[in-house]
Amino acid sequence: MAQFTLPANSRIRKGKVYDAAEGGGETRRVRIYRYDPDSGENPRMDTFILDAHRSGTMVLDVLLKIKDEIDPTLTFRRSCREGICGSCAMNIDGVNTLACTKELADISGDIKVYPLPHMKVVKDLVPDMSHFYAQYAGLEPWLKTQTPTPPDHERLQSRKEREALDGLYECILCACCSTSCPSYWWNSHRYLGPAALLQLYRWIADSRDEATEERLDLVNDAYRLFRCHTIMNCTATCPKGLNPGLAIAKVKRLLAEREV
Amino acid sequence: MRSYQSGVNRALGLGSAKNGFIAWWRQRVSAVLLIPLLAWLGIGLALQAGADFESARAWVGSPINSVLMIATLAVLLFHTAVGLQVIIEDYVETEGLKAASIVLTHFVCFLLTIAGSLAVVRIALGS
Repeated sequence: MAQFTLPANSRIRKGKVYDAAEGGGETRRVRIYRYDPDSGENPRMDTFILDAHRSGTMVLDVLLKIKDEIDPTLTFRRSCREGICGSCAMNIDGVNTLACTKELADISGDIKVYPLPHMKVVKDLVPDMSHFYAQYAGLEPWLKTQTPTPPDHERLQSRKEREALDGLYECILCACCSTSCPSYWWNSHRYLGPAALLQLYRWIADSRDEATEERLDLVNDAYRLFRCHTIMNCTATCPKGLNPGLAIAKVKRLLAEREV
Repeated sequence: MRSYQSGVNRALGLGSAKNGFIAWWRQRVSAVLLIPLLAWLGIGLALQAGADFESARAWVGSPINSVLMIATLAVLLFHTAVGLQVIIEDYVETEGLKAASIVLTHFVCFLLTIAGSLAVVRIALGS
């Protein structure tokens, strides 16, 4: 049932202010969500004041600068710094995106950084992704065939068949879309969410895959697929410019083709 | 107590019910059917504006109008029931309460369909 009171440690308090501007010139205020569940304290919003011309280009540059020079306890995930690993997905300026590809110049006013919404927080900007990954793994996201592998060559695709995967294979599983989806917020224990469903469609759309029936059966469920109410936050937020909403609609359409 | 169930096990849960499509399809089909039905009802009622009781009663009681009126009531209340079911599934997490709310919603809509249809039949038959 809906909860009308917040669970313990939900209320965000005012945090510390670190003034690291060295004087002269414009400053940039970065407000960051800080939470350490082990401390027993409530989350807080820390404010870091930096020189604008020395903050770097991307939001990830600012986070690294703060961690390196001001507060080494600031915790976040990052790896590739070029938008291909998906590690630094977080809520920046009110939108889920990748810190490494979000330009500071695109943000007006304070830079507000929160972890991905509605996920259990491990620490600061690090959410617990276990369930998200488990849902993906549950889809058996690999090529399934009955036809044996040809002995002397790969499983071939025409140029057109390969193009059917464009807009799907680029997904980096950063979880920006799923964690922007209200249906996923309320029902993620049963609803698979846009990221997993886009991946499911990626295998259905693959001309080499022979498990379409099994894959459609897997999601022909009021919760797993049909909690999607085409809210389209997923498509609006995807930092790779993909369209999970369309992929989900195509899965629904295939189910319709099969049944009607 | 700590659970040693694997994450995938928990994510898969009880598995797919393999019948999610039908409720979704019925909601859409009933929505599409309501477009002409409600258009007919709206225009029909507008044309009765200013009419006296007997003429309105005769309009409802005519063979075509009474059939369309019952069809509108039935489709509208069916659409209401499946729509409310989706909202309950979205927001009610407690399993027993959820099942009870869905059954109750459908039953109330069913009762209203019977009551409305009976009213139209009585007008049509002039009793």
